[in-house]
Amino acid sequence: MESALDTALFYLFAVVAMAAAVNVLLQRRVFYSALSLIVCLTSVAGVYMLLQSPFIATVQVIVYAGAIMVLFLFVIMLLDPFSAEAARDKRRYLNYVAVLLGLAILIFLYPLLNAYELAHVPRLLDSAAGGVGSVRRLAAVLFDEYLLPFELTSVLILVAIVGAVVLARRQAKA
Amino acid sequence: MLDYLWLIPLLPLAGSALNGLAGKRLGSSFVTWVGCGSAGLAFLAAAAAVLDLVRAAPQNREVLISYFTWIACGDFVAEAQFLLDPLSGVMILVVTGVGFVIHVYSIGYMHGDGGYYRFFSYMNLFLFAMLVLVMAGNFLMMFVGWEGVGLCSYLLIGYYIDRKSAGDAGKKAFVVNRIGDVGFILGVFLVFATFGSLDFAEVFRQIASAPVRFPAETGVGLLTAIALLLFVGAIGKSAQIPLYVWLPDAMEGPTPVSALIHAATMVTAGVYMVVRCAPIYSRSEAALGVVTVVGILTAWLAATIGLTQTDIKRVLAYSTVSQLGYMFVAAGVTAFSAGIFHLMTHAFFKALLFLGAGSVIHAMGGEQDLTRMGGLRRYAPITYRTMCIAALAISGIFPLAGFFSKDEILFSAWAGGHPVVWAVGLATAGLTAFYMFRLTFLAFHGPERFGDDVRHHLHESPPSMTIPLVILAILATVGGFVGLPPWMGLGPNRFAEFLAPALAHAHRPETHEISHSVEFVFALVSVLAALIGIFLARYMYVGNPAAAGLLAARARGPYTLLYRKYYVDEIYDRLLVNPIVVVSREMLWKGIDVGIVDGTVNGVGASMRVWGGLLKYVQNGLVRSYASWILTGAALLLYYVARMRG
Amino acid sequence: MGLHHYLILSALLFAVGAAGVIVKKNIIAIFLCIELMLNAANLSFVAFSRYLDQVHGQIFVFFVMVVAAAEAAVGLAITITLYRNRRTLNVDDADLMKW
Repeated sequence: MESALDTALFYLFAVVAMAAAVNVLLQRRVFYSALSLIVCLTSVAGVYMLLQSPFIATVQVIVYAGAIMVLFLFVIMLLDPFSAEAARDKRRYLNYVAVLLGLAILIFLYPLLNAYELAHVPRLLDSAAGGVGSVRRLAAVLFDEYLLPFELTSVLILVAIVGAVVLARRQAKA
Repeated sequence: MLDYLWLIPLLPLAGSALNGLAGKRLGSSFVTWVGCGSAGLAFLAAAAAVLDLVRAAPQNREVLISYFTWIACGDFVAEAQFLLDPLSGVMILVVTGVGFVIHVYSIGYMHGDGGYYRFFSYMNLFLFAMLVLVMAGNFLMMFVGWEGVGLCSYLLIGYYIDRKSAGDAGKKAFVVNRIGDVGFILGVFLVFATFGSLDFAEVFRQIASAPVRFPAETGVGLLTAIALLLFVGAIGKSAQIPLYVWLPDAMEGPTPVSALIHAATMVTAGVYMVVRCAPIYSRSEAALGVVTVVGILTAWLAATIGLTQTDIKRVLAYSTVSQLGYMFVAAGVTAFSAGIFHLMTHAFFKALLFLGAGSVIHAMGGEQDLTRMGGLRRYAPITYRTMCIAALAISGIFPLAGFFSKDEILFSAWAGGHPVVWAVGLATAGLTAFYMFRLTFLAFHGPERFGDDVRHHLHESPPSMTIPLVILAILATVGGFVGLPPWMGLGPNRFAEFLAPALAHAHRPETHEISHSVEFVFALVSVLAALIGIFLARYMYVGNPAAAGLLAARARGPYTLLYRKYYVDEIYDRLLVNPIVVVSREMLWKGIDVGIVDGTVNGVGASMRVWGGLLKYVQNGLVRSYASWILTGAALLLYYVARMRG
Repeated sequence: MGLHHYLILSALLFAVGAAGVIVKKNIIAIFLCIELMLNAANLSFVAFSRYLDQVHGQIFVFFVMVVAAAEAAVGLAITITLYRNRRTLNVDDADLMKW
């Protein structure tokens, strides 16, 4: 059921997420950008909760905002914790290009959203355990229909680990 | 019977492949055994085949074996097939026999040459090509051999690859032959268009069995056209006027090659082809006339050029051209078997002459100029004696081989109603005797006109060279006995009888019998002409050495004309070669090739360079710039989708 | 609350992330912006999944997160290597791959 609380919460999370996202751009120190992104990701996790997808929301917080962003922060701390944006900028006009392109994408996307008439798709409500967002259903599909891709992701992550170790290893001085 | 026929050409091919691919690594003795062995085995196989043929009844003396269908394209079918009949039997014997002897001779002559294996590989390939040519059962197979001998002659004439003159001579032979080959292949096309087949048997059967459709032509008809086109090929291959110019230059190759080209292979191909196509030629008076006129003119002009040349091999080369003229005269007066007879005897004594000349050159350490020889009979007695036999044979002195064949040709010319041809032929016979003995006397008699350094290493050639000389000398002596003329009272001409089945489809004009006594008189006259030539040569070059120089000085104009070979090479250069060169260079090269072809290619390249130069600025190494482009693309794609949907 | 609310939020986040990739010069910051864009896409997936009653969208989100994790690991390793070799995190300084 559409509740005023839901609407209020959505707008709260949306505003926070947007503000945090814009802040990622505006911060000159990458450390602050990273912190801001964590706020953004957590807010989006809240939106997932509103969409009654508890599993995704949890993963978002634990894996994304948690593990991945912690990895980022580690690297930032390791390398250059409070470095400001480097002074050298070979293409200053790219800032304006970026704003223009961002706006262009928004403008071109908007008619598309309307064209699909998705605004009129009724929201399916199912708080029951068997709903789309439920962990049970998700697991059933993931480990049945998507078993092979799921297993392949483990290979992908293994490759990524090996690659990361090889790349980041300190080379012996030749 | 004759299941082994394919061995005859395939043996030299195998030898060629073996020597060509592995000869360099396996050493010269291996090359020798493979090269000569394959030629020798081919000769044995050919001899066995001909023996089988002789044993068969005369009407069965034709074996056609098809091995596989080479080309089948719609109505056009060409079988890979070999034909053995008396005509090709004689040819394979000559080709493999003389070829084998020349191979053996080459062991000594080419000893120590850096390209020994290459030489033998080419020689074997030459035999293979010639055997394919003579054993072909259809025009297309013949063309394969035809082109094959052309290729091999090019390779062998240009054998001394570090000599520019050799390369030029090879190219000349190739190009001149190519001109003839165009005529030949056009003739083959016309044969197929007319008869719907390229098989000799089928074509000749159609001609012989349909006298209405293919009458004996007095004017110019289809058969004449075919005959003349084919004859263009024969002119090129057999070095007749006007395409004989390549043959004298062909002596740039090693001497055994000259012997092979002049005697066993290559130049005889044209004569063989004309005789093989006797059913066509014999039905066209015009074509026969052309063949006769070209033959007799060539015989006469080449003989006159031969009078003045001082290069020993050049004299022999012109004598070959002249003798080939005789063979065409024989074909032209429908004495086909006489033509082949002369081809065979000529193969014997011309191979002998060339090998003898090679022996002389070998002894002289590479000297080829007759004016710097003399008195060699003391140093090279075997060479001298064999050369004398050869000179007597080519002059037509009884009872050597040349006498029988040449006499038969001359008599046939008279009997066929061509007294002028006979007279010119007779005079040519005199000239032939003269220049052959001029060569002999200049080289072997008289004072020694060379320095001490040459005399120092003068020597008779090794046995591997002299034994072939002796073998050929025997053949040149007795080779004529296979075709004794009827007037000798020993029965009919065996050689002509043997060949007769192969020429069965030829058209026979009415001939009136001429009594044997008249024939005897003619033989006497031709021997007399030869003797006059010999004694004249003896007078001018032995008895009275000053006479030759005096005559040359007295008749300076004609002498120079002959010495410069009627300026034919110069005329060809002026009229044909130079215009082609100029047009090729100025228009085709500088205009079309450089301007249009290169211009287009370079233009495309240059425009790529310009556009690339502009586009390279996109590739500026900045990740953010690339991201902008990607995003621009994404935005445009979105816009497009939105337009399509909205 | 319609579907388009979520989609517009997603589009906004995506546009901000996309602009950020271009604006930012620090390579880590660019990575952050890329994560932002991935996140925006995820939001769309989940929203569609809910409204169309299709569980596949959520599966996709799951895979996107796996890929993002792998990408972050490798990308950060590259970043470390770059910093170690050139003492910089500015992408404009790493522009040798050009004409």
